Amino acid sequence: MSDLTRMTAVEIAALVAGGETSAVEVTRAHLDRIAAVDDRVHAFLHVDTDGALAAARAVDERRAAGEELGPLAGVPVAVKDVLATRGVPTTVGSKILEGWRPPYDATIVQRLREAGTVMLGKTNMDEFAMGSSTEYSAYGATHNPWDLSRIPGGSGGGSAAALAAYEAPLAIGSDTGGSIRQPGAVTGTVGAKPTYGGTSRYGLVAFSSSLDTPGPCARTVLDAALLHQVIGGHDPRDSTSIPQPVPDVVAAAKLGATGDLTGVRLGIVSEFVGEGAEPGVMAAFRESVDALAKLGAEIVEVSCPTFAYALPAYYLIAPSECSSNLARFDGVRFGLRVGDDGNRSLEEVMSLTREAGFGPEVKRRIMIGTYALSSGYYDAYYGQAQKVRTLITRDFTAAFERVDALISPTTPSVAFPMGARTADPYQMYLADLFTIPTNLYGGPGISVPCGLSEGLPVGLQVMAPTMADDRMYRVAAALESAVGTFTPPAL
Amino acid sequence: MTTTLPAYDEVVARYEPVIGLETHVELGTNTKMFCGCPTDFGGEPNTRVCPVCLGLPGSLPVANKAAIEAIIRIGLALNCSIAEWCRFARKNYFYPDMPKNFQISQYDEPICVDGYLDVEVGGETVRIEIERVHLEEDTGKTLHVGGATGRIHGATESLVDYNRAGIPLVEIVTRPIPGTGALAPDVARAYVTELRDVIRTLGVSDVRMEEGSLRCDVNTSLNLPGEEWGTRTETKNVNSLRSVERAVRSEMLRQASVLDAGGRITQETRHFHEDTGDTTPGRSKETATDYRYFPEPDLVPIAPDPAWVAELKAALPELPRVHRRRLQQDWGLSDLDMQSVLNAGAVELMEATIAAGTTPAAARKWWLGELSRRANETGVELADIGATPSQVAELQGLVDAGKLNDKLARAVLEGVVNGEGSPTEIMTNRGLEVVSDTGALTAAVDEAIAANPGIADKIRSGKVAAAGALVGAVMKTTRGQADAKTVREMVLERLGVQG
Repeated sequence: MSDLTRMTAVEIAALVAGGETSAVEVTRAHLDRIAAVDDRVHAFLHVDTDGALAAARAVDERRAAGEELGPLAGVPVAVKDVLATRGVPTTVGSKILEGWRPPYDATIVQRLREAGTVMLGKTNMDEFAMGSSTEYSAYGATHNPWDLSRIPGGSGGGSAAALAAYEAPLAIGSDTGGSIRQPGAVTGTVGAKPTYGGTSRYGLVAFSSSLDTPGPCARTVLDAALLHQVIGGHDPRDSTSIPQPVPDVVAAAKLGATGDLTGVRLGIVSEFVGEGAEPGVMAAFRESVDALAKLGAEIVEVSCPTFAYALPAYYLIAPSECSSNLARFDGVRFGLRVGDDGNRSLEEVMSLTREAGFGPEVKRRIMIGTYALSSGYYDAYYGQAQKVRTLITRDFTAAFERVDALISPTTPSVAFPMGARTADPYQMYLADLFTIPTNLYGGPGISVPCGLSEGLPVGLQVMAPTMADDRMYRVAAALESAVGTFTPPAL
Repeated sequence: MTTTLPAYDEVVARYEPVIGLETHVELGTNTKMFCGCPTDFGGEPNTRVCPVCLGLPGSLPVANKAAIEAIIRIGLALNCSIAEWCRFARKNYFYPDMPKNFQISQYDEPICVDGYLDVEVGGETVRIEIERVHLEEDTGKTLHVGGATGRIHGATESLVDYNRAGIPLVEIVTRPIPGTGALAPDVARAYVTELRDVIRTLGVSDVRMEEGSLRCDVNTSLNLPGEEWGTRTETKNVNSLRSVERAVRSEMLRQASVLDAGGRITQETRHFHEDTGDTTPGRSKETATDYRYFPEPDLVPIAPDPAWVAELKAALPELPRVHRRRLQQDWGLSDLDMQSVLNAGAVELMEATIAAGTTPAAARKWWLGELSRRANETGVELADIGATPSQVAELQGLVDAGKLNDKLARAVLEGVVNGEGSPTEIMTNRGLEVVSDTGALTAAVDEAIAANPGIADKIRSGKVAAAGALVGAVMKTTRGQADAKTVREMVLERLGVQG
């Protein structure tokens, strides 16, 4: 049998369902691969060997008992460490949660279990999902399998790198400003941010509640769609979850794979194809646009002038919400506690705990957010940013009256060298320039590999109206059918 | 420092008080505000908790529809406008009894606004304006061990119980209430009483001040006539209706003495002490905490369907004021009599007593007479006097059956209040029953006639009124345990005179 770790989720599921291999064999192959390469990649913070094998055995037993298996049964999945996993360490990439084993599963994790997928472990991330390189993880950076001296994107660099390194065929990420799409782009993998409210946030350790969106990561568009279908849909435990069925993203991906985009109007965001992106990225993007046109899509340029204000608005809204969301990490009920020597006051212990437990980027954002919400500053900062958000939503709405979907490069540059931007937060923030507007609007966005620049992957982003996630899958699958997938050099 | 407080009459002659009340009501929903944990009082610490009310990372709140229905009904009963769209907000501050270190509350978009509640004080109707009614979650309870004061400072250990965390809490805020003068303490008490009765009628909370399901903060300020309102203080720890009245009165006296001495009132929180009736300073509000309120992003806005609100409004029960008017008619009471029933806090007690078969007049006699007198003497609420409506009805039943006379009934009632048992048990145990054994009574009557031949002759000659003296003598020998009317009839009969 050929290497199980090189297969797509669709292929693995078919082999397991047909009895040509077992879920346990599939799981062992991936655990072996992790053991072989993860000391160099560092995609995982925790590998749950026993849990994974137990889950795989359960799938094999169900199959042996003649039970009908779901479309992803027996397929391994890597889960970003931002999701609560019952009994399995959940750190959010932070020292402040070191050793915490949640007493409950996130809704998405529960759905993954019910679907018979096999959770391999928890993947590395920038602390509290704040970053674009995974260098802000408190447990060491993740390396890009395409070039180990480069970043794998962030905050979900661990999930993307696990896919690119063939440690897992599927992964879960979360996207607050681009944390699924940007790592997907720089690792040559597929990353989809569903419509906000289309996937449950219950059990997702919050960074910015109004923006955080968990979503699927895979090496192919169809695999991503299958995973999306499994994790998506209404959750009564999440008040912001949309009480509607998941758009049929699997059918849309299959339709797109036929390579026909006749009648589809795509809008290039003119503000994102100017000087903001590297020439190599732009070249790959232009070639992909030509490919899409050849598939029958009508291409127009659409101006969204308010997108220029998305980054500053985001850096007020997200830190404001984070300053409140992260208040609960105080050493009282869970996680790290520092300085509790019986003499120090509660305030001192809380303070010492937070000082020791949070990294510099997290502290920076807590301070920005605390300031932005302060009495007397609220209107000028948080209030104003919310108004910008409304304007951005209007730009999207107006654009979607003219086109079915918007396209742009996913990120302005290919994977940059490790350490290149850690000293300059603003340069780091620019990595999410093209992905952030979608989060502020709440619609879906997907990054699909579209070419290489100097041997490194480039991603193309497709953005669709809210609850029209199927549209972006169709376009992404069509592009994939035209340009193919991209394989990194052997590790 | 001891200062002599000025007399209350002098204070209200010189100053005008402005009061305001913030009342918190714990709703009696089955489950908490944002999760499915049970809300019943008590329980081992930290057993009625889940990831949501413990604020564990990743957990999310979902609003309890029953709580939203309850607050809308409260708002409607208080004549408020119900917002067609409003949001929860986060109130951010660090405290260990707050699992998330923010409280989900409402800020500038409360669900109910601009209402009023009419209360009756001294025969007058006072309209209390309601500024807002909003929904929030309760905090946990902190217990500081090892310190002298029970406060966090000096404690060796602090224990937190999160069973209460997340219980739905309704906050009802009045607008400032000026112009009540000397009646300010009575108005405050009447308002809280009426509010409690309204909420109890709605059946959305058990509104027990002693268990903390109704909590009240009292704002008080004084100003000179014609001048701007003074600086207010906020008195907390006011745990009974009587304390509401006392707290206002005590704050008025204290503030007057500060102002009289040329001092300045500090804007602060003060704690009321049940035992002394005084307030002492708590946290100063001069450096106001910045709560960094912002709309709660984890919860969708509340947008109650106007048709649903209209249904809730149509289905409101008869509210206490209307109910009382109906009772007044049924019981045949004058306005003044009804007012005294209200002032005594006897409406529900009388209602229950009458429902148990007693006439309105008899029910009123017991509750407003003997029992009110005792309540006043001992300083307890009438409802807590120790006698229940069913016991009072039983007592009156014994009177009606001729087993007790008025004097004996009072003695039995005293036993009831002292917790000696039911009226029938006390009557039997203490041997207080009217002597109805005619043999014993006949002997006593004959004895009285024999001992007072002169009076007996007078009666025989037609001076029936003289029979009273013989009746008195019989009552004396039976130690009051005879029915005076029966004795009189027997005396006349033995002397062969028609009554």
